[in-house]
Amino acid sequence: MAMSYQKTKSPQPVPGDVRIRAARPSDLAVVVALDAEDTGISKPAYWKSRFEWYVGRRPDRFFLVAERSEGMLGFIVGEVRAWEFGSPPSGWIFAIGVSQEARLHGIGSMLFDEMCVRFRKAGVRQVRTMLAKDNQLIMSFFRSLGMMAGPFIQLEMGLDP
Amino acid sequence: MRVQVATRLALFAIFELAADPRRQRAAAEIAHRYGISVNHLSKVLRTLGRAGLVEALRGAGGGYRFKGNPRRVTLLDVIELFEPIGSTKGDEEPEGPSAEGRALRRVFDEVDDIARATLSSISLATMLKLVDEARRPPPPAPSRRAG
Repeated sequence: MAMSYQKTKSPQPVPGDVRIRAARPSDLAVVVALDAEDTGISKPAYWKSRFEWYVGRRPDRFFLVAERSEGMLGFIVGEVRAWEFGSPPSGWIFAIGVSQEARLHGIGSMLFDEMCVRFRKAGVRQVRTMLAKDNQLIMSFFRSLGMMAGPFIQLEMGLDP
Repeated sequence: MRVQVATRLALFAIFELAADPRRQRAAAEIAHRYGISVNHLSKVLRTLGRAGLVEALRGAGGGYRFKGNPRRVTLLDVIELFEPIGSTKGDEEPEGPSAEGRALRRVFDEVDDIARATLSSISLATMLKLVDEARRPPPPAPSRRAG
């Protein structure tokens, strides 16, 4: 899905004390737990590698978290990628997660908006993501933010052993 | 993708009603807005009513009102009340049991899956945002430098 950035409207007011910040290495355990809550699979090794890739000083990679005083509410991961599949530089969102108790309060929209701000500062004007066709919840979320089908289509095939 | 006339009328009616769920609208008012037959629209509204998406209000000032959560009801929910969309898995295969038919079915299923995924991910609330966007005048085209 791809969209031109326009600030989104949250479905319900975001609690005033929620803030978005760049992830720190110490956030790893909470991100693993949030993702496991969402997907049912705990993937500590995977997230450790993602932290190594995204958490740092690279200006084109972003790992953001939303938090309140009582702890982390959600996270979003993205980066600017250029010329893959012939595409000019664009922002890709690879993962987003919001704790189940914090949903429907605009936390996901807030994370998405902040990611778009970072992408814009990085010089891109298009944001994209890819998701499973049967993931209606997340697809509806991205569509509610204004995302539409983009110019690419994913193809695949099984490989014989 | 093309949809049947009744489906299109249902979508227009539901957009109209869901845009302001507190307001009741007469079938004639909606029909007039889209230049369509009141009788045809009334049949469509009855189907939407049986599905629990609209409620009919009787008496003076009666009409129809949206009943539901615009963030939960999707385009697919409305369309499937009037026509099937997508996979015929489990139904009789119109392409037949030949290798050619099965291969063709595989391609058609791919298209159907994408159609279903798209329609089931667009809620009425999202659709109403797209309608608002369509109402806005297009942004001016960037000026080109001569030479």
